[in-house]
Amino acid sequence: MHELPFVESILKITLEHAEKAGAQRVVALDLVIGQMSSIVDDSVQFYWGILSKGTIAEGAELRFQRIPAVYRCWDCGHTYPLDGQHLACPKCGSVRVQLIQGDEFRLESIDIE
Amino acid sequence: MTRKVPVVENIFKANDQLAQANRNLLDQTRTFAINFMASPGAGKTSVILRTIEALKDKYRLAGIDGDLASTLDADRIAATGIPAVQINTGGTCHLDAVMVQNALPKIDLPNIDVFIIENVGNLICPANFALGVHINVLVASVPEGDDKPYKYPTMYRGVQALLLNKVDLLPYFDFDLDYFRKGVEALNPGLAFFPVSAKTGEGFGEWFAWLQGQIDAFLQTANG
Repeated sequence: MHELPFVESILKITLEHAEKAGAQRVVALDLVIGQMSSIVDDSVQFYWGILSKGTIAEGAELRFQRIPAVYRCWDCGHTYPLDGQHLACPKCGSVRVQLIQGDEFRLESIDIE
Repeated sequence: MTRKVPVVENIFKANDQLAQANRNLLDQTRTFAINFMASPGAGKTSVILRTIEALKDKYRLAGIDGDLASTLDADRIAATGIPAVQINTGGTCHLDAVMVQNALPKIDLPNIDVFIIENVGNLICPANFALGVHINVLVASVPEGDDKPYKYPTMYRGVQALLLNKVDLLPYFDFDLDYFRKGVEALNPGLAFFPVSAKTGEGFGEWFAWLQGQIDAFLQTANG
């Protein structure tokens, strides 16, 4: 349920940019959501339906681009996806690793009329 | 005609900005703020109570406590004699920067050195909401299992100190400390780690010493 304040934030950013661009209507939003950001698409969609009502973004389509979590090993340079059980490098076993993608949560663009 | 307008804005920004405002206020009043997070039942309140007992003769303390509905935890903290404010989140699963901002005026910050926040018991949501504190602390516990860093990586990545509570139970659980620490190290290299037992008091000396180091360094900079 913690998506609610984020959807409020998405709506606010959308309306600001739509107004600046002189939009009559917002028809779609492109959202980028990393696997590590603990954001659930369905929840965002649910709150969006409620919060966007009565605004120029009402009914706008939400398009989700999911970014998988990917680690890079400092020791051998290997990159690998998060499998939920191991974090150490599967190639050399090092735990000196770094998340290189997967914690994104941003509004990339909006489609307006 | 439809056209695309680039936005590229971080959705966490609204909360992050408020968190920064909280931080500025705390810096101005020279108040060191700590946010304690944990799953329900990890022993968060017990760890906080021991911490308060250890610090309360050296620093002027205050606390706020986030809970879904009750004032049980705030009552336990108030019983130590320090000012405590309860934030009932009304069912929300975390504290956010606004809730803390609204609670701050209830505390006499200029006369408080250390401000302790007890977040809602939850390993998921609190990790997304910066509050504006100086350190975030996670209290894990042995009965939760050694796989929690792997299951809740966002929480483990975002903290500056980790206490593993209930280590007195290690002989009774299949808790692989090495596996646990490997996960932590991968997510948060060099994280300050303290195995403790809030029941026996084991391990708290190191935690208190580390924490006092952090507080004193802050108060010195703030005073200078």
